[in-house]
Amino acid sequence: MKIKSAESERHVLTVMVDNEPGILAKITGLFTARGYNIDSLTVADITEDHAVSRITIVTNGPPAVIDQIEAQLERLVPVHKVTDLTTAGPHVERELALIKVAGTGDKRVEALRIAELFRANVVDTTTASFVFELTGSPDKVDSFIALMRELGLVSVGRSGVVGMMRGAEEV
Amino acid sequence: MSQASGAALLMQCLVDQGVEFVFGYPGGAVLPIYDELFGDERLRHILVRHEAGAAHAAEGYARATGKPGVVLVTSGPGATNAVTGIADAFMDSIPLVVITGQVPTALIGTDAFQEADTVGITRHCTKHNYLVKDPADLVATVEEAFRIATTGRPGPVVIDIPKDVQIAIPSESKAPTKPGSHRYAPQMVAPADQIAEAIEMIAGAERPIFYTGGGVINSGPRASELLRKLQDLTNAPVTSTLMGLGAFPDTHPDWLGMLGMHGTYEANMAMNKSDVMVCIGARFDDRVTGRLDAFSPESKKIHIDIDRSSINKNVGVDLGIIGDCATVLEQLIEAWGSNKGKDLGEWKARIAGWRARECLAYPEKSKADPSAIMPQKAVERLYEMTRDRSPIISTEVGQHQMWAAQYYGFAEPNKWLTSGGLGTMGYGLPAAIGAQLGNPDTLVIDIAGEASIQMNIQELGTASQYRLPVKVFILNNEYMGMVRQWQELTYESRYSNSYSDSLPDFVALAEAYGWKGIRIENGDELDAGIEAMMAHDGPVIVDCHVAKDANCFPMIPSGAAHTEMLLYGDQVGGTMDDEAKALV
Repeated sequence: MKIKSAESERHVLTVMVDNEPGILAKITGLFTARGYNIDSLTVADITEDHAVSRITIVTNGPPAVIDQIEAQLERLVPVHKVTDLTTAGPHVERELALIKVAGTGDKRVEALRIAELFRANVVDTTTASFVFELTGSPDKVDSFIALMRELGLVSVGRSGVVGMMRGAEEV
Repeated sequence: MSQASGAALLMQCLVDQGVEFVFGYPGGAVLPIYDELFGDERLRHILVRHEAGAAHAAEGYARATGKPGVVLVTSGPGATNAVTGIADAFMDSIPLVVITGQVPTALIGTDAFQEADTVGITRHCTKHNYLVKDPADLVATVEEAFRIATTGRPGPVVIDIPKDVQIAIPSESKAPTKPGSHRYAPQMVAPADQIAEAIEMIAGAERPIFYTGGGVINSGPRASELLRKLQDLTNAPVTSTLMGLGAFPDTHPDWLGMLGMHGTYEANMAMNKSDVMVCIGARFDDRVTGRLDAFSPESKKIHIDIDRSSINKNVGVDLGIIGDCATVLEQLIEAWGSNKGKDLGEWKARIAGWRARECLAYPEKSKADPSAIMPQKAVERLYEMTRDRSPIISTEVGQHQMWAAQYYGFAEPNKWLTSGGLGTMGYGLPAAIGAQLGNPDTLVIDIAGEASIQMNIQELGTASQYRLPVKVFILNNEYMGMVRQWQELTYESRYSNSYSDSLPDFVALAEAYGWKGIRIENGDELDAGIEAMMAHDGPVIVDCHVAKDANCFPMIPSGAAHTEMLLYGDQVGGTMDDEAKALV
């Protein structure tokens, strides 16, 4: 027999939680225990009193599974609110990446030129390397990294996606 | 500010919560709490023989009384031994507050003696859990824990308390934290438009069915009353899951019996052919639905549940209503008004046709041993001879559990204690102990199997110590019967490790613990044995030898639909394809 799997789609969820010990383990553990996927996850506290954290999770799965993920997250006591940005309407997604490229000569010049096109900042440089800081949509970061691969890519660090609804709404 | 230690504050919290019993077992990391218990008349500590027993006893107490069960165990093995009971309570939505000792805060993470990451281990089998690092947080934590355990969809909550926090006195500088009021507010009342839509669907149904579950029991006795009232108004037939038995009286003409894998033919056929299904406090579990793509294909489905994650989890529904069963039932009754509903005569006639199959009929005699008592007969007699006393029945897990569900009738809620979701062998005896403590004047019987009963047999001592007159009625067929039945169905009767070898002499064992032991070996001893069991005012084990080859029917085999039930006498031996074998 074969193990079955269903068509999946990508969703970005924001989860507002009480900033208490173990909450991250609760959430990641829920994903593991129920067989859900995490493509990326970011978390930081966002209120003045450090009481609330905002977690952004990029996940994928069939629509019914995405609905279950939302419901299961809402069931956790420290979770205040779950919003599926993908279905909630227009939203922005941003990611920060640090990209280290090593090389000399033409490749080094080309890397710098492309970095300017992408509006990446140089945050560290030696005569043989750059560290670029790039902010943008995951697609933009992907394509920048793909280009750098040919130009001496050494190392990549990505923050994972942070998302927010457009407009005046709180989420 | 008071000079009370963490342990003393904990005691006060438990008293304030109205706790009567604490089921527990002492150990190094809870000694300060046990010292507070010493001589405290306000709480009664029930010393079990194993922490698994404590958790199941608390479950039994909770299930039979509707109040939360409280467990107190030490760190490390104390906590890990309780995990099965915690997971069991999580699956069956039983309110428990489990207090575990932990090594002192300074030693956490050092692999200290009897250290285990209790909060980590119980994270996914509790509704919520806490590690209390400051005695100033204790009062608010315990308060919130009880609120979370008992409201919404009930469940277990663990509070892990390091030993130094039990001893320390809250610092005056730190104001005690208040439970967050912003969080955890379960939705009780359903929106009016959903109620109106549901009424329209039910009133327009030609083949309606109520499919009810443990949620009706959890919602309190009023929910059962309201279910009966709504049924009376709508006239629709009722079936229930294993966990929901007792919410609707088994003697009612519109009672279809339990549904699902070992449910009745009429219940499963009615589910399959219905046009409007009203699921109340059940969760479309795989044991209930059979093959999903063939599950009740023609029906519009209404699902009432307090847990939004239960809705559309396994089966997509047409109308999901989030709310408390009793509250929503009341709303439905009110909204029904003077509705008449359709004439259900034809539907009832079809159901009568399915009933006529007499799916619970079983052969009078075992093929292998014609003189043996049929286990179904034993449960039937037990029912007939004890029903007047409206007993509480607990079970272990396996064939005997299904026979108890099929052949024992339940007319009231909170009388039926069984491990449904997790399917925990060893649940029944400690659960009976907990139920007996909560209901001292009620007859409590654990219908057991000879294999299951051995999983928490040590709790015989607990019943002896507290003079609890619980009865254990063992259907002894010398097999882990349900395993053997599946091996017959799926593995050409290769009985791999399912024979109960080297059984103890249960009568002698009973006597060794100060219980009465009764052995029943053939049919003419059955009634006398049951009578003697009831006549004895102390605890009794009845070792009732039953036919070794009897199986549990009707049955929906793995991967089959509601309409593909096997009845007694159907050819069931052989093997199955891998797809079916892979299903649980």
